[in-house]
Amino acid sequence: MNKIFEVPLYPYERHADQDAPAPVRRKVVIIGAGPVGLAAAIDLAQQGIEAVVLDDNDKVSFGSRAICFAKRPLEILDRLGCGQPMVDKGVQWNLGKVFFDDRQVYDFNLLPEEGHQRPAFINLQQYYFEEYLVNRVKELQAEGAPIEIRGRNKVSAIGTHPDHVTLEIDTPEGSYNIEADWLIACDGAGSPTRTMLGLDFVGRVFEDNFLIADVVMDADFPTERWFWFDPPFNKGQSALLHKQPDGVWRIDLQLGWDIDKEREKRPENVIPRLKEMLGEDVKFELEWVSIYTFQCRRMEKFRHGRVLFAGDAAHQVSPFGARGANSGLQDTDNLCWKLKLVMEGKAPESLLDSYDQERVHGADENILNSSRSTDFITPKSEMSRVLRDAVLDLSEHHAFARPLVNSGRLSVPCTYDGSTLNSADALQDGPARTRPGSPCPDAPLGDEFLLPKLADKFTLLTIDAEAPDVIEEEGIEVTRLALSVKDDRTMALKERYLGDNDSGVYLIRPDQHVAARRGTYDDNQFRAAIRRAVGKE
Amino acid sequence: MSDQLILTPNIDGADDFYADLLTAHEGLTKADSDALNARLVLVLSNHIGKRAILKQALAAAALQPSEESK
Repeated sequence: MNKIFEVPLYPYERHADQDAPAPVRRKVVIIGAGPVGLAAAIDLAQQGIEAVVLDDNDKVSFGSRAICFAKRPLEILDRLGCGQPMVDKGVQWNLGKVFFDDRQVYDFNLLPEEGHQRPAFINLQQYYFEEYLVNRVKELQAEGAPIEIRGRNKVSAIGTHPDHVTLEIDTPEGSYNIEADWLIACDGAGSPTRTMLGLDFVGRVFEDNFLIADVVMDADFPTERWFWFDPPFNKGQSALLHKQPDGVWRIDLQLGWDIDKEREKRPENVIPRLKEMLGEDVKFELEWVSIYTFQCRRMEKFRHGRVLFAGDAAHQVSPFGARGANSGLQDTDNLCWKLKLVMEGKAPESLLDSYDQERVHGADENILNSSRSTDFITPKSEMSRVLRDAVLDLSEHHAFARPLVNSGRLSVPCTYDGSTLNSADALQDGPARTRPGSPCPDAPLGDEFLLPKLADKFTLLTIDAEAPDVIEEEGIEVTRLALSVKDDRTMALKERYLGDNDSGVYLIRPDQHVAARRGTYDDNQFRAAIRRAVGKE
Repeated sequence: MSDQLILTPNIDGADDFYADLLTAHEGLTKADSDALNARLVLVLSNHIGKRAILKQALAAAALQPSEESK
């Protein structure tokens, strides 16, 4: 068994708050030290805002769990100062094979677009992901940033008030109370916070069980994603084989609805299944086995006064397409800069409603995509199976059918079309991918890249255009990043940001989404765009 | 015009086409016939390609009134 599961990463330590005569007021309290909660804490603390993370455990999560991290979250992690160790450790892959029944029907190469610093995605066990985030927390602590993780601190009661939240916390040494100006609940799909506040969580239940097995093996399987529809070793169901670091392979086997979970999880039942799949002679060791069912659902609203929900606590999707942890990181990316401006009095509290608006839009897109994948992988009616099988049979012979094969549409960030923070697109015939609301696509700048040059603050990106170096509008400081199409010989910068235009000016939010764009700088227009982007118009 | 589903006679040699269709299904089990139909729908849909036309075709196949006859 991997040691990482056993060593407490943030062991319980008595905190002065536990001995305080009256509950101490903290700035931001985050419940849950998973990927989403840790990312939120790092984001806030590296911008000087006090973040206290409470977790009922003191270790990384058990088993590999989330394993696929997409490019956009890696870019977010770069901003949080911990993207590199993830990419260094993670496994990159571009090749995939699709099997149907007893044969391979086709293979594919993802051919990710060039000119991005980060790969389309990496495979990395969630425990490493969490470990690297905790390392970043410790680094920030060493620098004196206001961040702490309190292990074995279980929140047992929450009281909500117009301007703060009260928390009762159980520890190995009894319970204590604190207050928080703001509370971010990142406590997972079964969110106790949601339950304590009596909030809804509605959606669609998929009647299916999946067995996940992580096996360590010295097999010469290539670094590819293999997906089986209706294979001989799992008749009528599906299977997935995916590589993780350290010679660990993720195997997903669909089991159907009417099964005895405890029985299926026993090694004497799992091992014969895996042997059938991998071949009798392959030597492997079971690292982790789990059975999961899933739902596609979300809360009606992610903001409830001073309590904000993020990640699986707010929305849950099927695992197909890697949209769980990936979308959770986009939640906190969206939330933290807004919360900072509101806390500093530079934006109205209503700016936080745009978190709800924009991320509900993101969650709906993820739920739609993941439901469609699930409907393809596990057909719900006789005719949907007939059509699914027809697609697979045709895909063996004709390329046209391959885009219809859906074993998970990999997570891509959503564009916040229609967000109240966007200004109308004023770059004539500008590229659609950089329209207001879009996440900025990366572009090469010689030996460097564009995205790392965007700070945690608002940026005015000018490409062959004049503009002031700094704009200050009602307390919001915007710094200019002046570039020229000549900075990128590959012309990706021009293609992605200008199209046929000779120049362009972009107002970019701290979460690297486009707020406004025009061909040239216009002081009145951009000042209005800044006000709008912080919820003042 | 090109985004309009054709619902007037358009097949060159209608009787021959219909005979070909029956021949294709001859001797097949119900399951194999269903699978053939499904593949045929997908092949033809891809050839048409246009979502607007495919939507009209789905409505026509469901025996819903078309835009003009409403």
